[in-house]
Amino acid sequence: MFPAAQSDALDPTRSFQGLLLTLQRFWAERGCVILQPYDMEVGAGTFHPATTLRALGPKPWKAAYVQPSRRPKDGRYGENPNRLQHYYQFQVILKPSPPNLQQLYLDSLRAIGVDLALHDVRFVEDDWESPTLGAWGLGWECWCDGMEVSQFTYFQQVAGVECAPVAGELTYGLERLAMYVQGVENVYDLNFNGGEGEDRISYGEVFLQAEQEFSRHNFEHANTEMLFRHFSDAETECKALLAAGWEERAAPAEVPEHYRDDPRYGAFGSPAVEQRHALALPAYDQCIKASHMFNLLDARGVISVTERQSYILRVRELSKACGAAWLKTAGGGAN
Amino acid sequence: MPDLLLELFSEEIPARMQRKAADDLRKLVTDALVERGLVYEGAKAFATPRRLALHIAGLPVRGRDIREERKGPRVGAPDAAVQGFLKAAGLASLDQATIVSDPKKGDSYIAVIEKPGQETVAAIAEIVPAVIRAFPWPKSMRWGKASSAGASLRWVRPLHSILCTFGAETEDTEIVPFEVDGIVSGNVTHGHRFHAPGAITVKRFDDYVTSLEKAKVVLDADRRKEIILADAKTLAFAQGLELVEDEGLLEEVAGLVEWPVVLMGSFEERFLEIPGEAIRATIRANQKCFVLRDPETGALANRFLLTSNLIASDGGTAITAGNGRVVRARLSDAAYFWQTDRGPLPDLDTFQASAEKLDLDLSKPLDQRMAKLDKLGVVFHAKLGTQGERVQRIAALARELAPIVGADPEKAERAAKLAKADLPTEMVGEFPELQGLMGRKYAELQGEDPSVSAAIEEHYKPAGPSDRVPTDPVSVAVALADKLDTLVGFWAIDEKPTGSKDPYALRRAALGVIRLVVENGVKVRLTGFLDRAFGRVSTAGRFAELDSIAEQATELNERVGRQFGLDVEAYVQAQLSPAAARAFIEKTEMGMLAAYADLLSFFHDRLKVMLRDQGARHDLVDAVLSKGASDDLLLITRRVAALGRFLDTEDGRNLLAGYKRAANILRAEEKKDGEGAFAGAPELQLIADAGLIEEKALAVALAQATPKAEAAVAAEDYEGAMAALAELRPAVDAFFDQVTVNDPDPALRANRLKLLNQLRQATRAVADFDRIAG
Repeated sequence: MFPAAQSDALDPTRSFQGLLLTLQRFWAERGCVILQPYDMEVGAGTFHPATTLRALGPKPWKAAYVQPSRRPKDGRYGENPNRLQHYYQFQVILKPSPPNLQQLYLDSLRAIGVDLALHDVRFVEDDWESPTLGAWGLGWECWCDGMEVSQFTYFQQVAGVECAPVAGELTYGLERLAMYVQGVENVYDLNFNGGEGEDRISYGEVFLQAEQEFSRHNFEHANTEMLFRHFSDAETECKALLAAGWEERAAPAEVPEHYRDDPRYGAFGSPAVEQRHALALPAYDQCIKASHMFNLLDARGVISVTERQSYILRVRELSKACGAAWLKTAGGGAN
Repeated sequence: MPDLLLELFSEEIPARMQRKAADDLRKLVTDALVERGLVYEGAKAFATPRRLALHIAGLPVRGRDIREERKGPRVGAPDAAVQGFLKAAGLASLDQATIVSDPKKGDSYIAVIEKPGQETVAAIAEIVPAVIRAFPWPKSMRWGKASSAGASLRWVRPLHSILCTFGAETEDTEIVPFEVDGIVSGNVTHGHRFHAPGAITVKRFDDYVTSLEKAKVVLDADRRKEIILADAKTLAFAQGLELVEDEGLLEEVAGLVEWPVVLMGSFEERFLEIPGEAIRATIRANQKCFVLRDPETGALANRFLLTSNLIASDGGTAITAGNGRVVRARLSDAAYFWQTDRGPLPDLDTFQASAEKLDLDLSKPLDQRMAKLDKLGVVFHAKLGTQGERVQRIAALARELAPIVGADPEKAERAAKLAKADLPTEMVGEFPELQGLMGRKYAELQGEDPSVSAAIEEHYKPAGPSDRVPTDPVSVAVALADKLDTLVGFWAIDEKPTGSKDPYALRRAALGVIRLVVENGVKVRLTGFLDRAFGRVSTAGRFAELDSIAEQATELNERVGRQFGLDVEAYVQAQLSPAAARAFIEKTEMGMLAAYADLLSFFHDRLKVMLRDQGARHDLVDAVLSKGASDDLLLITRRVAALGRFLDTEDGRNLLAGYKRAANILRAEEKKDGEGAFAGAPELQLIADAGLIEEKALAVALAQATPKAEAAVAAEDYEGAMAALAELRPAVDAFFDQVTVNDPDPALRANRLKLLNQLRQATRAVADFDRIAG
């Protein structure tokens, strides 16, 4: 028997899922496409192609989604009340950034139960940069009574390309916000479903075991040899897809004879031919994969300080090339 | 006279940029006004998190008329010249020109152009948009729809509105009309984001400030700081505590609020087991809160002060509770770091090689961290090797320096080997500003000798001209070794400070060396140690460069060689024959020698700056430096001091005057007779037979004083040397009063000049008096 539906169980101050649903509804009402999480391991909601790729190009775009984020290095075997190697981000991307974005953000806080007459909300400088994505932006970390609850960024560059127009990105740390509105000190004590008594499901019941097991995996057991291999596989595949995806609408005469059958030709650029890319999204998937493999290797401590930089650069090269390819697709605004 | 009020209302401006932005706004606008001949009585700029404001008082309504004369051709000049003149002067015909007569050149045309002064409002309407478009933000951004286009407006964060009014005190003001990227100037602003978000219409500065104050915005950052500081002190006092003042934090916090409300929170006492500096660092860096201490014991209290931007409806209970929760989480992290850093590291067996290399005891936590730092191969600088290599060099140098500064060489070496060991600790990773201090704490906990522990912290000192100089000999040895290694390293790879650029703080390091030596009375000739330091750095550098050439050759061979059928590698290997390698090393050696000389003169420059800051005369340093032992900084300083005191006496001043006179005469006569013509000793017999009494007296005085001065200099007794010179003064004075140097008798003349030359030599034993001004 299912318990009778309780509407106040979905009060954002009473359940984790209520908070999540409230935010989805709030942004849906403001015209956002509500997407589901991207089905790949990513370090942050920004990696979702709905942000990284859609932030590029001239087309307007509004989307919101929850994204499970994996930070292998942040695992604490379930022993730290604030740190997780897997947590949820709620991501909003609005392109172009609307003039009232700060107000919209504050309204969303109000919607999830933050009384702005009672709590001290502040915008504190925090410029965002993702070396692996070749992206940066200016903005703030949003403080609620001294706690960072969101990240607020005006993207200036993504995948090495200047954003035109600029997109505004909001990233809510859902667990932190939920801990705040529920008044809980330990993430594992969060009420997940809003139930009471034996109907109550805590965040710990859902995720504690996973935190313990994945911490073991990330720090002790992940097969580094395999990870290195997967990294280069993903890198190779990404490059291959990027090379294979170029399609030319060129006058054949303009392509030198001996290059015509060379699939790489497009990747190296040709003059005066109009190019389209047909594999930008699958190529970007491989870039995401490489990035996650790097994060796992980093957590295992097998990448030296000097190597680290070169791995970051390798992923950045992929993401830049994916960005360039995306701009030659319909989604990227190519005609 | 009318006033200008300008406000640029935006989303939150980073706290660290506000003050400079306000200054820039004032300077850019007032400079542009003055350039157009619009002078003003006063200007003041303000910044809050959401606005930059500028008030300029006492501007004229319009600028002064400008009358300009333009000279034209003579009357009757060819038509082409006349037409050119009319065009340039903007005249329709010669009727509009004036004719001037000149008795020599005849009549010519002149155009008088009168430009009425520009209306100030019009000038502002041109100036302000230009200033906004080219504003020197350290980082700026684009936003919104407009950012689709290439050259859209950039600002630190989205700019929302511009208020700009102009007018006299007694009259209504007018809006200065302009537009920047779709933002039209107006007379409306907004108050506090939560307390008074509505529109406020403003006339001029006075009502602007009062309206904002009513709308819970304190415009002036200095007033916000005063409020925060006063409230913080009051709250602390009420609890019998004392505020740990922090100007940098106060400045930042004042830039995070428009309406400061100071609140006190607390955390569990058990967190006080974490070192106080770490508690302060985490609360300061992450939460921007002040900490408090017990005025009796000086120990930190389990309280903090936060500055909120809100008059909360519950009096701040929720805000305090929320901040407390975050502070506790942060302190939990710090406690975790504090605990982890004292425990063993995993994978200890992989550090064995590093431990052997650096003679570390892997049963001790800090030794493990040093081994880890070495093992990880963390690069200090691409051309100067890893941190591990650097520590080895510093340890060797510290050991060598130890006997000179009176330290136990074992302790100095041990301290140097642990000096950087806290870099890979969790605590220093999180709070880099705690480097050294944490090392000391961990060293104390693992039972290091107190001098060794102290040296780990103190080897970074002095960090600036006002920082304390360590006195424990072990600290002095390691501090000197660390700084000398850094200086020598960067000189060896030719990355010296230039102009205002000194990214590795090398000036500070050199000043540190000087202060360590001088203030501790360390007698050391630097060159011996520089030699060894250069040797260590450069050996590594040289061979690294040779290696990289060989590597490049191999790589080049792979890439190009094969394609063209060339064996690049063999070619380069041939080039790298023993002879070629030697030549390369010798060339490097020459570079090293030049770098070495340059570093020594850098020390001299720093010493001059330091002594000048202490009030010593610049020329005295030069006078002393030209006289031997220029690598003994202590000696130089003492000589400068002795010379300064001597020249402050009447004897000193007169002797200097006498010296200058002697030197001038000698210079003139040497031009006639040739350099060194008067080098020898004077003939005493000739003086006895034909000399004047004053001449004899000077000869006697010189014979007595010169050996005394020389002996004193040899014994490094500069007061004694000066006293010996002072004895010469009556004889010198009398000599110049009574004796004619250029006697008609050539023998007498030469003899007297030789006497003066002896005087010159005697003073030169002490300092080069030629370099002394006056």
